[in-house]
Amino acid sequence: MTLTRTLAGGAATLALTAGMALAEPALIYDLGGKFDKSFNEAAFGGASRWVTETGGTYKELEMQSEAQREQALRRLAETGSNPIVMTGFAFGDVLGQVAPDYPDTKFVIIDMVVEQPNVKSVVFAEEQGSYLVGMLAAMASKTDTVGFIGGMDIPLIRKFGCGYAQGVKAVKAEANVILNMTGTTPAAWNDPVKGGELAKSQKSQGADVIYAAAGGTGMGVLQAAADEGILSIGVDSNQNHLFPGKVLTSMVKRVDNTVFDAFTAGEAVEPGITMADLSNDGVAYALDDNNAALITPEMKAAVDEAAAKIKSGEIKVHDYMTDNTCPAASF
Amino acid sequence: MQKMPPWADALLVPLLSLLIAFAISSVVIFAIGENPVEAMKLMVTGALGSSYGWGYTLYYATNFMFTGLAVAVAFHAGLFNIGGEGQASLGGLGVALVCLMVPWPHWSLALIGAVVCGALFGALWAALPAWLQAKRGSHIVITTIMFNFIAASLLNYLLVNMLRPVGSMDPATARFPAETNLPGLGEILGAVGIPFSTSTPANVSLFLALACCVLVWVLIWRTRLGYQIRAFGKSEKAAVYAGIRPVRITMYAMLISGGLAGMMAVNNVMGEANRLVLNSVEGAGFIGIAVALMGRSHPFGVFLAAILFGFLYQGGAELALWTKIPRELITVIQALVILFTGALDNMVRQPVEWLFARAGRGAK
Repeated sequence: MTLTRTLAGGAATLALTAGMALAEPALIYDLGGKFDKSFNEAAFGGASRWVTETGGTYKELEMQSEAQREQALRRLAETGSNPIVMTGFAFGDVLGQVAPDYPDTKFVIIDMVVEQPNVKSVVFAEEQGSYLVGMLAAMASKTDTVGFIGGMDIPLIRKFGCGYAQGVKAVKAEANVILNMTGTTPAAWNDPVKGGELAKSQKSQGADVIYAAAGGTGMGVLQAAADEGILSIGVDSNQNHLFPGKVLTSMVKRVDNTVFDAFTAGEAVEPGITMADLSNDGVAYALDDNNAALITPEMKAAVDEAAAKIKSGEIKVHDYMTDNTCPAASF
Repeated sequence: MQKMPPWADALLVPLLSLLIAFAISSVVIFAIGENPVEAMKLMVTGALGSSYGWGYTLYYATNFMFTGLAVAVAFHAGLFNIGGEGQASLGGLGVALVCLMVPWPHWSLALIGAVVCGALFGALWAALPAWLQAKRGSHIVITTIMFNFIAASLLNYLLVNMLRPVGSMDPATARFPAETNLPGLGEILGAVGIPFSTSTPANVSLFLALACCVLVWVLIWRTRLGYQIRAFGKSEKAAVYAGIRPVRITMYAMLISGGLAGMMAVNNVMGEANRLVLNSVEGAGFIGIAVALMGRSHPFGVFLAAILFGFLYQGGAELALWTKIPRELITVIQALVILFTGALDNMVRQPVEWLFARAGRGAK
C-alpha cells in the first residue's frame, strides 16, 4: 500500500513538473456558478476572450461547497497553475492563509483585498458606476420614485445601492428611492420569479425606473419592468440588449477585463491592490444602440460631467464600505 | 410469514437500490458524452482512494451524522423535523459567540464550551416549533421549515450588521482565536502512528459524532425516556393511556433533535472554517432527512448512510472539479440515490421479499 502510494506520488510529481512547464492560468468561480448571467459569467467572458485571442488554454473550477475553497487553491497551486484568478470576496480569508505557502504562484482575487506579496487584489468602485446610473434613473423618472433590487443583503450590494441612491438624490434631492433585497439565502442570486414580483411591487409604489443588482434574479426584474412598461437598469455585464429600448442602461463592472489582463500578463502579474473605477474604465454606464433613444443629450451631458468630476475628485461618492453607513439611504 | 433475514433487510436492499441508482447515473453520464466507468472510478478514488479523500468524506459524513441523528430522534417520536438546517445555523451562531467571546486557554475546554453552546442554541431554535406543535397543534413540518428561513434572515442580519469586522467585504465573523482550533484527524491519527493526510477538514468532531451515535442508541433503546419517545411515536393514544405526557415528550424529543443539529456547527464552523460564514450549513440539514430515512432512524444505519452521503459529496466534488461533467449532474446522481434508497424503496424490497419467500418455500 505504501509502495503504491509512493509510486502514485512520483507520478503526481511528474505530472506536476509537466504542468509547471506550461504554467496554465486558472480561474475559480464562486458558488454562484459559471453561468450566473452576471459576475462569474463576466469572468468567464474574459477568459473566453483570452482563449480566442491567444489560443491558450486554462483550467477552471466551480466551487460546490465552502470546504472546497482551500482544497481547490492548493491543488491548482501544486499542479503548477499560474496565475490563479478567483472571483468573489468569499475567497479572501482562505487565500490569506494559502498564498504564503506558494510564494512562486501569483494569485488574483476580485472584490476583496488580500495583502500578501504574491496576491493582486482587484476591487471595483461600484459606488461610482452606481452613482451615474442613479443620476440617469432620476432624470428618466417621471414619478420621482425609483427602485433598487439587490440579491442578498450583504455589504457589497449595499455598496451598489448606496452609490445609486446618492446619484438619484444628486439630481432630485426629494426623489424617493425604494430599496429591496431579494432574500437571505444564496438562492436570492438566482430567483428571477421573486425579482419580477419585487419589480411589480415597486411599480405599484410608483417606481418607474428599477436598478437590479442581484445576479440571475435581475433577469426577472428586467423582464417584469419591460412587461410593465417601465425602465430597468442592468448590472455587471452590459444587459441593454436583453430588452432593447426597455433597459435604460447598465452599470458595467469590467470583471472580464480583470480576468483577461491577468491571463495576458501570466506569471508577470503585478501584485498589489488595483482600484478599478471610472478613471480606468473599471466601472461605467453602458450606452449603445439599444438604449440610445432613452438617453437624451442633456442626460448624457449631465452624467458625463459628473463622471469627470468624480474622476477629478470634485464629487466624492461615499463608499458604504468605509464606515458601514450611507448618507442617502438606510438599509 | 418470515419475510427475509435481517441482513437482507439492512444491507441487501439498500445495496441493490444503490446499484440501480448508479446504473441509471451511468446512462446519464454516457448520454452527455462522458465515460461512465472513468467517472465512477474518479468518484471512488477521489473519495476513498487516499487518506486525503477519506478526510473530506469523513468531514462531510460528520455533518450528516449530526443532522441525520437529529432527524432520527424526532422520527422516533413521530415528529418530522425538517428544521435541521436552521437549527444547525443557530448552533453555528452559538459556537461562534462562545469561541469569540470567551478567552479559552485550550481547545479541549473550548470544545466543551462549543458543544454546550451549539447544542443549546440549536435546541432553543427547535423549542418554539415544538411548543407550538405540543400546545397549539401547529404542524411541526410547517413550523420547522419556516424557522429555517427565519434562521437564515437572523444570521444574515447579525453577520452583516453586528458580527462582521468593520471594512470587511465578507459577511462573516472574524477568525476564532488559535486556541480554539480543533486538532485535525491527521494530527490525531498521526499521534497514534497512523499516517493520515493533515490537509483535510476532518477533525476531532468525528469522534464526537460517533459518541452521539452511541448515546442516541442508548437513549432510544435503553432509557425510560427513549421508551416513552418510541411509544409516543408509535401511537399517541396508547402512550397517553399508559400515562405518557404528549407535551413533555414532544418537547424533549425536539430539544434533543435540535441540540444534535446544533452540534454540527462544532464540525463545520469551529473545526473547518474557524469562523462563521453565511450559509455555513450548506444543505446538510436537508441531507440529514435522507440520511435518517436511509438509515431507518437507527444510529448505526445513520452512521452508514452518512458515510455514503459523505462519499457522494466528496466523490461528486472531485468529479465536478476535475472533469468536464457539469456540477448539476452530481446533483442528479445524488438525487437518484436518494430516490431509490428512500422514496422507491419498495420497488426493490418487494421483489427481494418475494424471492426470499420463494426460496424459503423451496427449502421446505
